Amino acid sequence: MLKCALALLAAAASFAAAQPAPPAPAARFVVVIDAAHGGDDPGGRLNGIDEKNLTLALSVRLRSLLAARGIQVVTTRESDATIDPNRRAELANHANAQACLSLHATQSGTGAHLFVSSLTPAQPTRIAAWKTAQAAWVNRSLALAGTLNSALLHSGLTVSMARSALPAVESMTCPAVAVEIAPETVQARDSGHQTPGSLDDPNYQARIAEALAAALVEWRTEARP
Amino acid sequence: MIPRYQAIFFVVLLVASAVMAVALWQLRERAHQRLLAGQDTAPTHAPLVAQAEPATLMVANDADSSLLTQVQSLPLPQDPGARARAVLGKLLDLYAAPDAAHPVPGGASSIAQVFLLPAQSQTLTQESSTASATTRPPTSPQSTGPELAVVNLTGSFVSTHPSGLETENLTILSICGTLHANLPRVTQIRFLVDGQPRSTLAGHADLTRTYLYSDAVPLKGARP
Repeated sequence: MLKCALALLAAAASFAAAQPAPPAPAARFVVVIDAAHGGDDPGGRLNGIDEKNLTLALSVRLRSLLAARGIQVVTTRESDATIDPNRRAELANHANAQACLSLHATQSGTGAHLFVSSLTPAQPTRIAAWKTAQAAWVNRSLALAGTLNSALLHSGLTVSMARSALPAVESMTCPAVAVEIAPETVQARDSGHQTPGSLDDPNYQARIAEALAAALVEWRTEARP
Repeated sequence: MIPRYQAIFFVVLLVASAVMAVALWQLRERAHQRLLAGQDTAPTHAPLVAQAEPATLMVANDADSSLLTQVQSLPLPQDPGARARAVLGKLLDLYAAPDAAHPVPGGASSIAQVFLLPAQSQTLTQESSTASATTRPPTSPQSTGPELAVVNLTGSFVSTHPSGLETENLTILSICGTLHANLPRVTQIRFLVDGQPRSTLAGHADLTRTYLYSDAVPLKGARP
């Protein structure tokens, strides 16, 4: 009887050893997309189009691309709604995201402008001041900006990087970058002169969204241990 | 019939009245001319023209998001506040030019005032310090410590400034850099619009914070 029990235990142990270990649950990877402005705040007026509409269109496009790549996305707005900068940071912090992008648009300059908070990098603390919460994440934000920079350059866009005071971003506890889209410089067919293209061009928006999605996929790979 | 002596007396009085009326009219005219002469606004002394001095301007360029140093010869007043206003006025004149690399309408009249105050000891204050700034005495010409410059912009400049993170940021940084380049003791800069605090310049750049001159050194632009 005892021999039978021991034999059964040994068989069970050998069977368990032969089976592969169940895969560890995949680390949760969340991206927050903040379409700047909205509602009562139209942002800049860009050749007859409100900035709030351009940022929302880009946000929707990027959300679809990221969802198709299996990335969980949280957006701060899905419609023309007024959202307070503090509320945007609250949404981002609540999502416990691995990347936060604040989308803007402008008629000045060309290509894409990347902005990281100008706060001095600080060690994370258990209790962070609301207005300087991003300080503990500045180094990660700079790394995320570098990944975005590479992807945007790879897609043929002109990119500039700078640091600035960003009211909503500075309260976010995640790697956060403000991405400002400017018109692409195009060559006029008749005169051959360089002229600014249109921000409303769907192909241009798609190119930028593809580049941002590729960067975030790359960032997911880098973020995993 | 009145007596003869009364008639003569009446005529004498009448003539005396007429003479006095003429005299009074002439005196009034003279007083009027004297008054007009006193209100003459024609300059009686030649104005003092300051010597032209080299002024360093940190000029923004939208094409590559950079600040380029440009030295110009300008007649600058001796008073530091007026000097700061003159230099910033020249900077904004460059931005208002038709072929500007960082086009911003407005020009020199967009700077209403520049106040110089003793700087606070902390390097960065997030809370509004406008109230405390207004209660502190202005710096004396003899003070040698770091200074806070309060730049009062006009509402028309802010309302016509192009909207965008980069363009607004470049305007702020070029003002900070230009102030420090010409007045090295200015290490902190705050902004007011028509004398009042304002949240952003044109929807993006934060105007509630105190900027440091070191902020005017952006990351090198990434070029393809």
